[in-house]
Amino acid sequence: MEFFDFKIPEGQSGPSGGKPVPPKPAKPAYKRRDEDVSTEAVEVVDEAGNILVKPPDQLELTEAELKEEITRVLTANNPQAPQSIIRYSFKDGLYKPISHVDQMAIHFSLNGNLIPKDSDEGRRQSIKLTTAAEKAPVETSATAPEEAEIKDEERTEDTQAAGEGEAEESGTAEAAEAADAEEPPPPAVKERKLANQFNFIDRPSWTPRYPVRDRACQSEPTPCKTLSDDINQWVIHDAYVEELQKREESKEKEKPKAQVAKKEEKKTKKKGRKLISLDSQSDEMNKISKAAKIVERMVNQNTFDGIAQDFKYFEDDSDEFRDQKGTLLPLWKFQYEKTRRLAVTAISWNPKYKDLFAVGYGSYNFMKQGKGMLLLYTMKNPSFPEYIFRTESGIMCLDFHNDYPYLVAVGFYDGNVAIYNLKKATSQPSYKSNAKSGKHTEPVWQVKWQKDDMDNNLNFFSVSSDGRIVSWTLVKNELVHTDIIKLSVEGTAMQGPEGLQLETLGCGTSFDFHKKIDYLFLVGTEEGKIYKCSKCYSSQFLDVFEAHNMAVDSVSWNPYHSKVFISCSSDWTVKIWDHTIKTPMFVFDLNSAVGDVAWSPYSSTVFAAVTTDGKAHVFDLNVNKYEALCTQLVMNKMKSKITHIQFNPVYPVVVIGGERGFVVTLKLSPNLRKMPKVRT
Amino acid sequence: MADTGEGKKEESDYKRLHSFPLIRHTDMPEEMRVEAMELCVTACEKYATNNESAAKMIKEMMDKKFGSSWHVVIGEAFGFEITHEVKNLLYMFFGGSLAVCVWKCS
Repeated sequence: MEFFDFKIPEGQSGPSGGKPVPPKPAKPAYKRRDEDVSTEAVEVVDEAGNILVKPPDQLELTEAELKEEITRVLTANNPQAPQSIIRYSFKDGLYKPISHVDQMAIHFSLNGNLIPKDSDEGRRQSIKLTTAAEKAPVETSATAPEEAEIKDEERTEDTQAAGEGEAEESGTAEAAEAADAEEPPPPAVKERKLANQFNFIDRPSWTPRYPVRDRACQSEPTPCKTLSDDINQWVIHDAYVEELQKREESKEKEKPKAQVAKKEEKKTKKKGRKLISLDSQSDEMNKISKAAKIVERMVNQNTFDGIAQDFKYFEDDSDEFRDQKGTLLPLWKFQYEKTRRLAVTAISWNPKYKDLFAVGYGSYNFMKQGKGMLLLYTMKNPSFPEYIFRTESGIMCLDFHNDYPYLVAVGFYDGNVAIYNLKKATSQPSYKSNAKSGKHTEPVWQVKWQKDDMDNNLNFFSVSSDGRIVSWTLVKNELVHTDIIKLSVEGTAMQGPEGLQLETLGCGTSFDFHKKIDYLFLVGTEEGKIYKCSKCYSSQFLDVFEAHNMAVDSVSWNPYHSKVFISCSSDWTVKIWDHTIKTPMFVFDLNSAVGDVAWSPYSSTVFAAVTTDGKAHVFDLNVNKYEALCTQLVMNKMKSKITHIQFNPVYPVVVIGGERGFVVTLKLSPNLRKMPKVRT
Repeated sequence: MADTGEGKKEESDYKRLHSFPLIRHTDMPEEMRVEAMELCVTACEKYATNNESAAKMIKEMMDKKFGSSWHVVIGEAFGFEITHEVKNLLYMFFGGSLAVCVWKCS
């Protein structure tokens, strides 16, 4: 600042401090007129035409004085500062003038509170500010730096978008901010609204993208089959003809219940082929069972291979040296667990399937009567029976039908009779008698099928200890009984009350029908008599034979010789008769009670008998009339008696049953099988 | 002459005898089979002279009852090879000289 210093004639002090002082009236007129504070103003028009305003207290000077030129010189010296200052200097020891006088004149001083940033105090304060800003949750202090940053960013964005003018402004703003860093942060800077119309913000957004999955499905096509055929008139014609024939046949054979299928079934069993199932939709289990059956047979055959070979091929060559005697070669043994306690009471071979035979189980013990069983074994499977039927009462006898090999007639200990149909899968008999239908009151000792009667109904006979011989007919699914004969004991007719004739009845134990003369049959009784009877006469016998001393266990006609029959009894004897002669032709004493006797199917002179001591005797009358050709111990268990014997119609095999449920098959050696030569 | 006369009589007898519906081959379930058979017999008797109409009738009825799509062939002499859906085939003779084959295949 420059000071204007006026050189004023002495005695007058110039205006100090630069303050404009209204000119005193003693001074010459100044040309400065702007600070006039006079109350009154007088207007004067001077020579140039200008309006001059003259204050009332203006100095009145003469013209000479007015024209006087006063020179003023401006210097930088402080007018107030003393021009010479004398000070005592102790160094020199005298008063000296100060060389330099300070010319500084302070017109205005104000104590500010700005501290330079880089000084210690400045740094300290800036640090304090920043820490305070972080701690304090005050918006302005906290966000101010952020805002400042954001604003910086915005500003930088703005600078990019806008022109350069912005940069300058922002630059100055930043500088100002930098300068004001220590001060409490300024309030939020307002957003600058851009007047530029080309500025716009891009704001894209994207919805979340869901993952895509492929899903395919296909339904199964319906199952299809192809069929091809060719038809012509003759094909149609033939089909009809065939159908008609079938219908006729089926009408004829309604009773036998579709036997064709059953026979096929049996055939396939025999040959080991798979069963042809009638049902087109056969079970899986069925198929498995068929296969299992075949496998079982194979296993059995392998196990008993030796026996099978013997059965087929073995011929005892030593027979040549045995001098007409023969042997019985034991083959298979048939055992079933549940029949161990039961005695074999009946054996019969199937007329159609030569390897199938039925065994009836029961008990001869009067005291211990339990349940019975009917088992059918086949020689192909010695380990397990083919059919198993349980019965409530012990079986005493059984018989296969000649024409319908699946029908088995059975007589029970309780006097009932029943028919089992092997084709049906049930374990119950198809037909059974009961008390109402006229069952026997005593055990049925023998049953035998007869030829179909006039109405083509099946019928069979039964003989029992109650003295009746009954014919049972199968009429429309029912067993109808007809008493054929009552075995009355001669000479015992008594007079009963009210004039009734009471007869004591004999007990029939066995009977046999003549092979050729249909009506003729023999009955053996417990008393040891054998009656020759006819179906036609119901009260009278044709003949009586005093046969044995004890019960007649079995009678049998000779299959070849029409007049000869054989009987055996518990009195240890076997007797052969001619039915026209009252006395027996042959008598054989076997040293033990004879359980059963049977003619061989291949020779009229060969027969076999079994005794309770476990021996089997085979006789051939052609060879030796007095002795057995073979006497062989078949069962060596002490308590086991042999109860029945049967010849196989085809093979040289006999099957023997014992008291312990034991069944064995034996092969006849060649000596025993001599067939009589055909007489020419 | 007498023989031929008898022969003719036998023939006509056979025709009469053979006129019952005879199923040659089928794998339909019982109910369906019975219904289809009756339907065929009805149709053949109704349109005895026109196989096409009879076949048309059978096909439409079967479509309605058992779903699409059925095929029917009626004739006196033909050979065929077809693919059919399992349990939807009926092949039968009727009237001594007609053969009807009905099957479903879509």
